[in-house]
Amino acid sequence: MVRKIAKPAVRKQGAATHGRRVLLMVATRKGAWMYHGDAARRSWRADGPHFLGHVVSQLVLDPRDGQTLLAAAKTGHLGPTVFRSIDRGRSWKEAARPPAFAKAAAGEKGRTGDHTFWLTPGPASEPNVWYAGTSPQGLFRSEDGGVSWAPFSFINEDAQFREWMGSVQDGTPDGPKLHSIIVDPRDSAHLYFAMSGGGVHESVDAGRNWTPLLQGLEVVEGFDRANPSFHDPHCVRLCPSNPDRLYQQNHCGIYRIDRPSDTWVRIGKSMPKRVGDIGFPLVVHPRNDNTAWVFPMDGTAVWPRTSPEGKPAVYATRNGGKTWQRLDAGLPQKQAWWTVKRQAMTADALDPVGLYFGTTSGELWMSRDEGRRWACIVRHLPEIYAVEAAEL
Amino acid sequence: MKVLIPGALRSYTEQSEAEASGATLAAVLADLDRRYAGIRFRIIDEQDRIRRHIRIFVNGAQVRELSQPLAPSDEIVIVQALSGG
Repeated sequence: MVRKIAKPAVRKQGAATHGRRVLLMVATRKGAWMYHGDAARRSWRADGPHFLGHVVSQLVLDPRDGQTLLAAAKTGHLGPTVFRSIDRGRSWKEAARPPAFAKAAAGEKGRTGDHTFWLTPGPASEPNVWYAGTSPQGLFRSEDGGVSWAPFSFINEDAQFREWMGSVQDGTPDGPKLHSIIVDPRDSAHLYFAMSGGGVHESVDAGRNWTPLLQGLEVVEGFDRANPSFHDPHCVRLCPSNPDRLYQQNHCGIYRIDRPSDTWVRIGKSMPKRVGDIGFPLVVHPRNDNTAWVFPMDGTAVWPRTSPEGKPAVYATRNGGKTWQRLDAGLPQKQAWWTVKRQAMTADALDPVGLYFGTTSGELWMSRDEGRRWACIVRHLPEIYAVEAAEL
Repeated sequence: MKVLIPGALRSYTEQSEAEASGATLAAVLADLDRRYAGIRFRIIDEQDRIRRHIRIFVNGAQVRELSQPLAPSDEIVIVQALSGG
Protein backbone atom coordinates (compact mmCIF):
# COMPACT_ATOMS: atom_id res chain seq x y z
CA MET A 1 0.00 0.00 0.00
CA VAL A 2 2.86 2.36 0.81
CA ARG A 3 4.91 3.68 -2.05
CA LYS A 4 8.63 3.19 -1.89
CA ILE A 5 10.13 6.46 -0.82
CA ALA A 6 13.68 7.59 -0.33
CA LYS A 7 15.33 7.50 3.08
CA PRO A 8 15.44 10.92 4.75
CA ALA A 9 18.60 12.70 5.68
CA VAL A 10 19.14 11.87 9.34
CA ARG A 11 20.10 14.84 11.48
CA LYS A 12 23.49 14.40 13.14
CA GLN A 13 23.31 14.23 16.89
CA GLY A 14 23.52 17.67 18.40
CA ALA A 15 24.69 19.32 15.21
CA ALA A 16 21.57 21.27 14.27
CA THR A 17 20.55 22.21 17.79
CA HIS A 18 23.77 23.42 19.38
CA GLY A 19 23.25 26.69 21.23
CA ARG A 20 19.52 26.72 20.72
CA ARG A 21 17.10 27.43 23.55
CA VAL A 22 13.89 25.61 24.27
CA LEU A 23 10.45 27.17 24.20
CA LEU A 24 7.72 25.22 25.95
CA MET A 25 4.10 25.79 25.00
CA VAL A 26 1.60 24.69 27.61
CA ALA A 27 -2.12 24.54 26.80
CA THR A 28 -4.50 24.23 29.72
CA ARG A 29 -8.18 24.17 30.50
CA LYS A 30 -7.93 27.83 31.55
CA GLY A 31 -5.49 29.38 29.11
CA ALA A 32 -2.00 28.98 27.64
CA TRP A 33 1.48 29.68 28.92
CA MET A 34 4.90 29.71 27.33
CA TYR A 35 8.17 29.06 29.12
CA HIS A 36 11.51 30.21 27.74
CA GLY A 37 14.42 28.08 28.89
CA ASP A 38 17.98 29.28 29.42
CA ALA A 39 20.82 27.62 27.53
CA ALA A 40 21.18 24.93 30.21
CA ARG A 41 17.42 24.30 30.42
CA ARG A 42 17.63 25.04 34.15
CA SER A 43 15.61 28.23 34.54
CA TRP A 44 12.40 29.01 32.74
CA ARG A 45 10.85 32.42 32.15
CA ALA A 46 7.06 32.40 32.19
CA ASP A 47 5.10 34.18 29.48
CA GLY A 48 1.39 34.09 30.18
CA PRO A 49 -1.38 33.58 30.68
CA HIS A 50 -2.55 33.94 27.13
CA PHE A 51 -6.34 33.65 26.63
CA LEU A 52 -7.02 33.33 30.36
CA GLY A 53 -10.29 31.48 30.83
CA HIS A 54 -10.23 29.89 27.40
CA VAL A 55 -10.06 26.13 27.08
CA VAL A 56 -6.87 25.78 25.01
CA SER A 57 -6.43 22.32 23.51
CA GLN A 58 -3.05 22.93 21.95
CA LEU A 59 -0.54 25.69 21.26
CA VAL A 60 1.91 24.96 18.45
CA LEU A 61 4.85 26.90 16.99
CA ASP A 62 5.39 26.58 13.26
CA PRO A 63 8.82 24.93 12.92
CA ARG A 64 9.10 26.29 9.38
CA ASP A 65 9.37 29.94 10.39
CA GLY A 66 9.90 29.78 14.17
CA GLN A 67 7.48 32.71 14.58
CA THR A 68 3.92 31.66 13.84
CA LEU A 69 1.91 30.24 16.71
CA LEU A 70 -1.53 28.69 16.46
CA ALA A 71 -3.75 28.14 19.49
CA ALA A 72 -6.88 26.00 19.37
CA ALA A 73 -9.30 27.59 21.82
CA LYS A 74 -12.87 27.88 23.02
CA THR A 75 -14.63 28.90 26.19
CA GLY A 76 -17.32 27.15 28.17
CA HIS A 77 -19.96 29.29 26.46
CA LEU A 78 -18.50 30.50 23.18
CA GLY A 79 -17.85 28.46 20.07
CA PRO A 80 -14.40 27.22 19.04
CA THR A 81 -11.80 29.25 17.25
CA VAL A 82 -8.13 29.35 16.33
CA PHE A 83 -5.94 32.24 17.41
CA ARG A 84 -2.86 33.05 15.41
CA SER A 85 0.28 35.01 16.20
CA ILE A 86 3.00 35.88 13.70
CA ASP A 87 5.30 37.36 16.34
CA ARG A 88 5.66 34.37 18.66
CA GLY A 89 2.84 35.39 20.96
CA ARG A 90 3.35 39.12 21.36
CA SER A 91 0.05 39.75 19.53
CA TRP A 92 -2.80 37.50 18.46
CA LYS A 93 -5.44 37.58 15.77
CA GLU A 94 -8.37 35.24 15.38
CA ALA A 95 -8.58 33.01 12.32
CA ALA A 96 -10.92 34.52 9.73
CA ARG A 97 -12.53 31.13 9.13
CA PRO A 98 -11.92 28.59 11.92
CA PRO A 99 -12.49 24.86 11.30
CA ALA A 100 -16.24 24.23 10.87
CA PHE A 101 -18.24 21.37 9.45
CA ALA A 102 -20.19 21.84 6.24
CA LYS A 103 -23.70 23.19 6.55
CA ALA A 104 -26.18 20.34 6.29
CA ALA A 105 -28.67 20.18 3.46
CA ALA A 106 -32.24 21.11 4.32
CA GLY A 107 -33.86 18.42 6.43
CA GLU A 108 -30.57 16.82 7.43
CA LYS A 109 -28.81 17.18 10.74
CA GLY A 110 -25.31 18.54 10.36
CA ARG A 111 -22.51 18.30 12.85
CA THR A 112 -21.23 21.12 15.03
CA GLY A 113 -17.60 21.39 16.00
CA ASP A 114 -17.11 21.58 19.74
CA HIS A 115 -13.39 22.28 19.66
CA THR A 116 -10.29 21.97 17.58
CA PHE A 117 -8.21 19.37 19.36
CA TRP A 118 -5.08 18.77 17.29
CA LEU A 119 -2.85 20.99 15.13
CA THR A 120 -0.15 19.69 12.79
CA PRO A 121 2.06 22.02 10.73
CA GLY A 122 2.52 20.84 7.15
CA PRO A 123 5.88 19.78 5.74
CA ALA A 124 8.70 22.16 4.83
CA SER A 125 7.70 21.83 1.18
CA GLU A 126 4.27 23.36 1.93
CA PRO A 127 5.11 26.39 4.05
CA ASN A 128 1.58 27.66 4.74
CA VAL A 129 -0.20 24.35 5.15
CA TRP A 130 -1.60 23.24 8.52
CA TYR A 131 -3.88 20.35 9.43
CA ALA A 132 -6.40 20.30 12.27
CA GLY A 133 -8.36 17.53 13.95
CA THR A 134 -11.53 18.34 15.81
CA SER A 135 -14.05 17.02 18.29
CA PRO A 136 -16.37 15.54 17.14
CA GLN A 137 -14.01 13.95 14.65
CA GLY A 138 -13.25 16.09 11.64
CA LEU A 139 -10.20 16.71 9.47
CA PHE A 140 -9.44 20.23 8.28
CA ARG A 141 -6.66 21.98 6.38
CA SER A 142 -5.46 25.53 6.03
CA GLU A 143 -3.35 26.68 3.10
CA ASP A 144 -2.76 30.20 4.36
CA GLY A 145 -0.94 29.64 7.61
CA GLY A 146 -4.05 29.05 9.73
CA VAL A 147 -6.11 32.10 8.72
CA SER A 148 -8.85 30.16 6.96
CA TRP A 149 -9.73 26.49 7.27
CA ALA A 150 -11.73 24.11 5.12
CA PRO A 151 -12.75 20.47 5.47
CA PHE A 152 -9.96 18.28 4.10
CA SER A 153 -10.57 15.11 2.12
CA PHE A 154 -14.03 13.56 2.04
CA ILE A 155 -14.08 11.93 5.44
CA ASN A 156 -16.09 14.50 7.42
CA GLU A 157 -19.23 13.80 5.40
CA ASP A 158 -18.56 10.21 4.31
CA ALA A 159 -21.16 7.68 5.47
CA GLN A 160 -18.58 4.97 6.19
CA PHE A 161 -16.31 7.26 8.15
CA ARG A 162 -19.29 8.70 10.02
CA GLU A 163 -20.23 5.19 11.08
CA TRP A 164 -16.69 4.54 12.30
CA MET A 165 -16.64 7.86 14.14
CA GLY A 166 -19.83 6.98 15.99
CA SER A 167 -21.71 9.48 18.11
CA VAL A 168 -20.50 11.72 20.92
CA GLN A 169 -21.17 8.83 23.26
CA ASP A 170 -18.58 6.68 21.48
CA GLY A 171 -15.60 8.86 22.22
CA THR A 172 -13.61 10.14 25.17
CA PRO A 173 -15.52 11.79 28.05
CA ASP A 174 -14.95 15.29 26.68
CA GLY A 175 -15.81 14.31 23.13
CA PRO A 176 -14.56 11.98 20.39
CA LYS A 177 -11.39 13.26 18.79
CA LEU A 178 -9.45 13.19 15.55
CA HIS A 179 -5.78 13.40 16.43
CA SER A 180 -2.24 12.29 15.53
CA ILE A 181 -2.32 13.87 12.07
CA ILE A 182 1.04 12.94 10.58
CA VAL A 183 2.63 14.05 7.33
CA ASP A 184 5.46 11.88 6.01
CA PRO A 185 8.45 14.25 5.89
CA ARG A 186 9.54 12.61 2.59
CA ASP A 187 6.21 12.86 0.82
CA SER A 188 3.49 15.40 1.61
CA ALA A 189 0.85 13.15 0.01
CA HIS A 190 1.52 10.38 2.52
CA LEU A 191 -0.68 11.03 5.55
CA TYR A 192 -1.88 9.32 8.69
CA PHE A 193 -4.50 10.26 11.26
CA ALA A 194 -6.13 8.54 14.21
CA MET A 195 -9.53 8.74 15.83
CA SER A 196 -10.64 8.03 19.40
CA GLY A 197 -12.57 6.07 18.53
CA GLY A 198 -12.36 5.09 14.92
CA GLY A 199 -8.89 3.68 14.33
CA VAL A 200 -5.76 4.68 12.44
CA HIS A 201 -6.03 5.58 8.75
CA GLU A 202 -3.47 6.12 6.01
CA SER A 203 -3.51 7.89 2.66
CA VAL A 204 -0.79 7.80 0.02
CA ASP A 205 -2.57 10.17 -2.37
CA ALA A 206 -3.07 13.37 -0.38
CA GLY A 207 -6.35 12.29 1.16
CA ARG A 208 -8.15 11.14 -1.98
CA ASN A 209 -8.29 7.61 -0.55
CA TRP A 210 -7.77 6.25 2.94
CA THR A 211 -7.03 2.74 4.19
CA PRO A 212 -7.54 1.64 7.80
CA LEU A 213 -4.23 0.58 9.37
CA LEU A 214 -5.44 -1.75 12.09
CA GLN A 215 -3.83 -5.14 11.65
CA GLY A 216 -2.25 -6.40 14.87
CA LEU A 217 -4.07 -3.91 17.09
CA GLU A 218 -6.18 -5.36 19.87
CA VAL A 219 -9.62 -4.13 20.89
CA VAL A 220 -11.63 -4.49 24.06
CA GLU A 221 -12.54 -8.14 24.61
CA GLY A 222 -15.64 -9.26 22.76
CA PHE A 223 -15.52 -6.64 20.01
CA ASP A 224 -14.69 -7.12 16.34
CA ARG A 225 -11.07 -6.20 15.52
CA ALA A 226 -11.94 -5.76 11.86
CA ASN A 227 -14.29 -2.86 12.61
CA PRO A 228 -12.47 0.50 12.95
CA SER A 229 -15.26 1.72 15.26
CA PHE A 230 -13.89 -0.42 18.06
CA HIS A 231 -10.32 0.82 17.79
CA ASP A 232 -9.10 3.49 20.15
CA PRO A 233 -5.62 4.76 19.30
CA HIS A 234 -4.58 7.28 21.96
CA CYS A 235 -1.46 8.69 20.34
CA VAL A 236 0.52 7.83 17.20
CA ARG A 237 4.01 9.18 16.53
CA LEU A 238 6.30 8.86 13.50
CA CYS A 239 10.05 8.68 14.07
CA PRO A 240 11.71 11.72 12.47
CA SER A 241 14.91 9.71 11.96
CA ASN A 242 13.06 6.85 10.25
CA PRO A 243 9.65 7.80 8.86
CA ASP A 244 8.95 4.13 8.12
CA ARG A 245 8.68 3.48 11.85
CA LEU A 246 5.69 4.57 13.93
CA TYR A 247 4.85 3.96 17.56
CA GLN A 248 1.39 3.98 19.05
CA GLN A 249 -0.07 4.19 22.54
CA ASN A 250 -3.47 2.58 22.25
CA HIS A 251 -6.36 1.93 24.62
CA CYS A 252 -5.21 -1.69 24.35
CA GLY A 253 -1.44 -1.44 24.64
CA ILE A 254 1.74 -0.02 23.12
CA TYR A 255 2.58 -0.86 19.50
CA ARG A 256 5.21 -0.35 16.82
CA ILE A 257 4.94 -0.71 13.07
CA ASP A 258 7.72 -0.77 10.47
CA ARG A 259 6.47 0.07 7.03
CA PRO A 260 5.85 -1.24 4.47
CA SER A 261 4.48 -3.85 6.86
CA ASP A 262 0.84 -3.14 7.64
CA THR A 263 0.89 -5.02 10.95
CA TRP A 264 1.33 -3.40 14.35
CA VAL A 265 3.35 -5.35 16.93
CA ARG A 266 2.36 -5.07 20.59
CA ILE A 267 5.65 -4.05 22.17
CA GLY A 268 3.93 -3.22 25.45
CA LYS A 269 3.79 -6.90 26.35
CA SER A 270 7.30 -6.53 27.70
CA MET A 271 6.24 -3.85 30.21
CA PRO A 272 6.10 -5.02 33.87
CA LYS A 273 2.77 -6.74 34.50
CA ARG A 274 1.97 -4.67 37.60
CA VAL A 275 2.32 -1.48 35.54
CA GLY A 276 0.76 -2.61 32.29
CA ASP A 277 0.94 -0.87 28.93
CA ILE A 278 -2.02 1.47 29.09
CA GLY A 279 -1.56 5.22 28.84
CA PHE A 280 -2.18 8.25 26.67
CA PRO A 281 1.01 10.00 25.49
CA LEU A 282 3.94 8.53 23.59
CA VAL A 283 7.11 10.39 22.66
CA VAL A 284 9.74 9.37 20.11
CA HIS A 285 13.41 10.30 20.08
CA PRO A 286 14.24 12.95 17.47
CA ARG A 287 17.28 11.03 16.19
CA ASN A 288 17.02 7.42 17.33
CA ASP A 289 14.13 5.30 16.08
CA ASN A 290 14.76 2.63 18.72
CA THR A 291 14.00 5.02 21.57
CA ALA A 292 10.54 6.01 22.78
CA TRP A 293 8.96 7.02 26.07
CA VAL A 294 5.52 6.39 27.56
CA PHE A 295 3.73 7.42 30.74
CA PRO A 296 1.79 4.36 31.96
CA MET A 297 -1.57 4.76 33.63
CA ASP A 298 -3.89 2.46 35.50
CA GLY A 299 -6.23 0.82 33.00
CA THR A 300 -7.68 -1.76 35.36
CA ALA A 301 -11.29 -2.16 36.53
CA VAL A 302 -13.00 1.23 36.06
CA TRP A 303 -9.93 2.77 34.41
CA PRO A 304 -8.71 5.31 36.98
CA ARG A 305 -6.26 6.66 34.36
CA THR A 306 -3.83 7.59 37.14
CA SER A 307 -0.25 6.50 37.76
CA PRO A 308 -0.29 2.81 38.75
CA GLU A 309 -0.21 2.46 42.58
CA GLY A 310 0.15 6.24 42.87
CA LYS A 311 3.81 5.99 41.80
CA PRO A 312 4.36 8.02 38.64
CA ALA A 313 7.04 6.90 36.21
CA VAL A 314 8.10 7.32 32.63
CA TYR A 315 9.13 4.12 30.86
CA ALA A 316 11.69 4.16 28.08
CA THR A 317 12.61 1.64 25.47
CA ARG A 318 15.95 1.92 23.72
CA ASN A 319 15.59 -1.16 21.55
CA GLY A 320 12.34 -0.62 19.72
CA GLY A 321 10.19 -2.07 22.49
CA LYS A 322 12.00 -5.30 23.33
CA THR A 323 12.64 -4.07 26.88
CA TRP A 324 11.53 -1.10 28.98
CA GLN A 325 13.30 0.83 31.71
CA ARG A 326 11.53 2.58 34.58
CA LEU A 327 12.55 6.25 34.89
CA ASP A 328 11.28 7.79 38.11
CA ALA A 329 14.27 9.46 39.78
CA GLY A 330 13.08 12.80 41.12
CA LEU A 331 9.39 11.97 40.74
CA PRO A 332 7.21 11.40 43.84
CA GLN A 333 7.70 7.85 45.09
CA LYS A 334 4.19 7.40 46.50
CA GLN A 335 0.69 8.91 46.72
CA ALA A 336 0.89 10.81 43.44
CA TRP A 337 -2.20 9.99 41.41
CA TRP A 338 -1.26 11.74 38.21
CA THR A 339 -2.89 11.75 34.81
CA VAL A 340 -0.98 12.91 31.74
CA LYS A 341 -3.07 13.51 28.64
CA ARG A 342 -2.09 12.35 25.16
CA GLN A 343 -0.74 15.74 24.03
CA ALA A 344 0.84 16.59 27.37
CA MET A 345 4.22 14.88 26.95
CA THR A 346 6.91 15.86 24.49
CA ALA A 347 10.62 16.04 23.74
CA ASP A 348 12.95 18.73 22.53
CA ALA A 349 15.60 18.02 19.90
CA LEU A 350 18.67 18.97 21.93
CA ASP A 351 21.45 16.58 22.89
CA PRO A 352 20.80 15.01 25.31
CA VAL A 353 17.09 15.14 24.61
CA GLY A 354 14.91 17.06 27.07
CA LEU A 355 11.64 15.42 28.04
CA TYR A 356 8.62 17.28 29.36
CA PHE A 357 5.18 16.36 30.65
CA GLY A 358 2.28 18.20 32.24
CA THR A 359 -0.23 16.71 34.65
CA THR A 360 -3.93 17.30 34.94
CA SER A 361 -3.12 18.64 38.42
CA GLY A 362 -1.20 21.51 36.81
CA GLU A 363 2.44 20.53 37.27
CA LEU A 364 5.04 20.72 34.53
CA TRP A 365 7.98 18.31 34.87
CA MET A 366 11.15 17.95 32.85
CA SER A 367 14.23 15.84 32.42
CA ARG A 368 17.30 17.26 30.71
CA ASP A 369 18.97 13.85 30.40
CA GLU A 370 16.44 11.75 28.48
CA GLY A 371 14.45 10.73 31.54
CA ARG A 372 17.17 9.68 33.97
CA ARG A 373 16.36 12.45 36.46
CA TRP A 374 13.18 14.54 36.70
CA ALA A 375 12.45 17.97 38.19
CA CYS A 376 9.27 19.98 38.55
CA ILE A 377 9.63 23.31 36.77
CA VAL A 378 6.14 24.78 37.23
CA ARG A 379 3.36 24.19 39.75
CA HIS A 380 -0.17 25.49 40.23
CA LEU A 381 -1.21 25.73 36.60
CA PRO A 382 -4.75 24.76 35.57
CA GLU A 383 -5.35 21.28 34.18
CA ILE A 384 -2.70 20.74 31.51
CA TYR A 385 -3.98 19.55 28.15
CA ALA A 386 -0.91 19.80 25.93
CA VAL A 387 2.82 20.47 26.10
CA GLU A 388 4.89 21.28 23.02
CA ALA A 389 8.60 22.03 22.78
CA ALA A 390 10.50 23.98 20.13
CA GLU A 391 14.09 25.04 19.78
CA LEU A 392 14.70 28.70 19.03
CA MET B 1 -30.46 48.79 16.29
CA LYS B 2 -28.83 48.37 19.67
CA VAL B 3 -27.20 45.05 20.54
CA LEU B 4 -26.05 44.43 24.11
CA ILE B 5 -22.86 42.39 24.17
CA PRO B 6 -21.88 40.02 27.02
CA GLY B 7 -18.49 40.38 28.69
CA ALA B 8 -17.12 37.28 26.99
CA LEU B 9 -17.53 38.92 23.57
CA ARG B 10 -16.21 42.38 24.39
CA SER B 11 -12.79 41.41 23.08
CA TYR B 12 -14.51 41.86 19.70
CA THR B 13 -16.57 45.02 20.30
CA GLU B 14 -14.50 46.63 23.09
CA GLN B 15 -17.77 47.98 24.50
CA SER B 16 -20.98 46.67 26.02
CA GLU B 17 -23.20 47.97 23.23
CA ALA B 18 -22.91 47.66 19.49
CA GLU B 19 -24.95 48.92 16.57
CA ALA B 20 -26.12 46.61 13.80
CA SER B 21 -28.94 46.60 11.32
CA GLY B 22 -31.08 44.07 9.50
CA ALA B 23 -34.65 42.90 9.01
CA THR B 24 -34.11 39.56 10.76
CA LEU B 25 -31.93 38.26 13.57
CA ALA B 26 -29.82 36.48 10.93
CA ALA B 27 -29.25 39.73 9.08
CA VAL B 28 -28.36 41.63 12.24
CA LEU B 29 -25.84 38.98 13.26
CA ALA B 30 -24.34 39.03 9.76
CA ASP B 31 -23.99 42.81 10.02
CA LEU B 32 -22.47 42.46 13.48
CA ASP B 33 -19.93 40.01 12.05
CA ARG B 34 -19.03 42.44 9.26
CA ARG B 35 -18.25 45.05 11.90
CA TYR B 36 -16.58 42.67 14.36
CA ALA B 37 -15.08 39.82 12.36
CA GLY B 38 -15.43 36.41 13.97
CA ILE B 39 -18.06 37.31 16.57
CA ARG B 40 -20.92 35.43 14.90
CA PHE B 41 -19.23 32.01 14.91
CA ARG B 42 -18.63 32.23 18.64
CA ILE B 43 -22.41 32.41 19.24
CA ILE B 44 -23.95 30.69 16.17
CA ASP B 45 -22.68 27.32 14.99
CA GLU B 46 -22.04 26.11 11.44
CA GLN B 47 -25.57 24.71 11.25
CA ASP B 48 -27.00 28.18 11.97
CA ARG B 49 -28.09 27.18 15.45
CA ILE B 50 -27.65 29.38 18.49
CA ARG B 51 -24.91 27.73 20.51
CA ARG B 52 -25.92 25.63 23.50
CA HIS B 53 -24.81 28.06 26.19
CA ILE B 54 -25.84 31.28 24.46
CA ARG B 55 -29.23 33.00 24.75
CA ILE B 56 -30.58 35.83 22.64
CA PHE B 57 -33.42 38.10 23.78
CA VAL B 58 -35.35 40.64 21.70
CA ASN B 59 -37.18 43.25 23.76
CA GLY B 60 -36.94 40.93 26.77
CA ALA B 61 -38.30 37.79 25.09
CA GLN B 62 -36.06 34.84 24.25
CA VAL B 63 -35.63 34.16 20.53
CA ARG B 64 -34.61 30.75 19.21
CA GLU B 65 -34.75 31.17 15.43
CA LEU B 66 -32.46 33.29 13.29
CA SER B 67 -35.41 33.98 10.98
CA GLN B 68 -37.03 36.12 13.70
CA PRO B 69 -38.20 39.41 12.06
CA LEU B 70 -36.88 42.56 13.68
CA ALA B 71 -37.83 46.24 13.67
CA PRO B 72 -35.25 49.09 13.81
CA SER B 73 -36.41 50.01 17.32
CA ASP B 74 -35.89 46.51 18.75
CA GLU B 75 -33.26 45.91 21.38
CA ILE B 76 -31.23 42.72 21.20
CA VAL B 77 -29.47 41.26 24.18
CA ILE B 78 -26.92 38.45 23.78
CA VAL B 79 -26.13 36.66 27.02
CA GLN B 80 -24.21 33.65 28.24
CA ALA B 81 -26.57 31.08 29.71
CA LEU B 82 -26.34 30.57 33.46
CA SER B 83 -24.88 27.15 32.80
CA GLY B 84 -21.53 27.58 34.45
CA GLY B 85 -22.65 27.39 38.08
